Amino acid sequence: MHAFHKDFLAGVREIIPILLGVIPFAMISGVSAVAVGLTGCQAMGMAAFVFAGASQFAIYQLLAINASPIVIVMTAWIINLRFIMYSASLAPYFQKLPTRTRSLLAYLITDQAYAVSINRFDKEETVNHQAYYLGTAVVMAAAWYFSSLVGIVLGSQIPASWGLDFAFPLTFMALMMPAIKDRPTAVAAIVGGSIAVISKPLPYNLGLILAAVTGILSGFAAETLQNQIHLRKIL
Amino acid sequence: MNLKPEIIWGLILVIALGNFLLRFSFLYLFGRVEAPQWLTRLLRFVPAAVLSALVIPALVAPKNIIDISLGNERLIAGLAGMLAAWYSKNILATLAVGLTIFWILRLI
Repeated sequence: MHAFHKDFLAGVREIIPILLGVIPFAMISGVSAVAVGLTGCQAMGMAAFVFAGASQFAIYQLLAINASPIVIVMTAWIINLRFIMYSASLAPYFQKLPTRTRSLLAYLITDQAYAVSINRFDKEETVNHQAYYLGTAVVMAAAWYFSSLVGIVLGSQIPASWGLDFAFPLTFMALMMPAIKDRPTAVAAIVGGSIAVISKPLPYNLGLILAAVTGILSGFAAETLQNQIHLRKIL
Repeated sequence: MNLKPEIIWGLILVIALGNFLLRFSFLYLFGRVEAPQWLTRLLRFVPAAVLSALVIPALVAPKNIIDISLGNERLIAGLAGMLAAWYSKNILATLAVGLTIFWILRLI
């Protein structure tokens, strides 16, 4: 039990520096939720149940332009497809735990808790995986709820005339830049962005889904092409 | 926004359920099904493609019509924000630069 305690605290310690970026992000998401017209209760429901910042921002932007509910749901899910990747990568470390425990660990998956934990698991075999992961993930969740609440309270004080809706594309930009790591991901971004502009007249904002899918496939195709050219050079 | 509270709560619950299933997917399936390689390769492109699809139209066509001119404040402020995002990789710095320029342009 002592080791569990120690590794839990190690997780807590190593997630804390990352909260510096998370706290303002959660606060801005709370402010934005109220700015598009959600009640405090609904905004808190988003933070606690949807529990995924980038998709929450996308939901608020789409609510602001009166997109159809189906497009809002699809867009949020597409943004969160990356969780499948995290789930697959964490699974080997938690396979011996009961299903109920694993479902709790699953709910707590975030970009930050995943990144910090997997980094440690790769380096050190002896750490108690469950304890360390819970240390990172529980602190992350607590910071997310609390900062969202602060943002929701502040948000109701900010007048709409400030044009804070422009904060949405700016936030996505800051999230997008680190995601463009190489040529194939750049292709995905360029194709996704261009198709989104061209297909904007489509009804219910369906253009967004079309743009996302073609962007992802173009990136995949570009990578395949790149690998083939690389292979040919070696041979 | 013009949705009824029931629809909003429906949205929250449906999206939340989907998110949970995405998060639980392989934590539940592990040992039974392996993640195929093509899937992990495809998933790598999700953030770049989706985020760009959300950003670019909001700058280039804020009023549903393509407007590439100096009169489009969102485009100019957005390009400045993009530079800030590229150099800082920081959300707060991007917001500060983008919003400040946006507000100045609207005053002019």
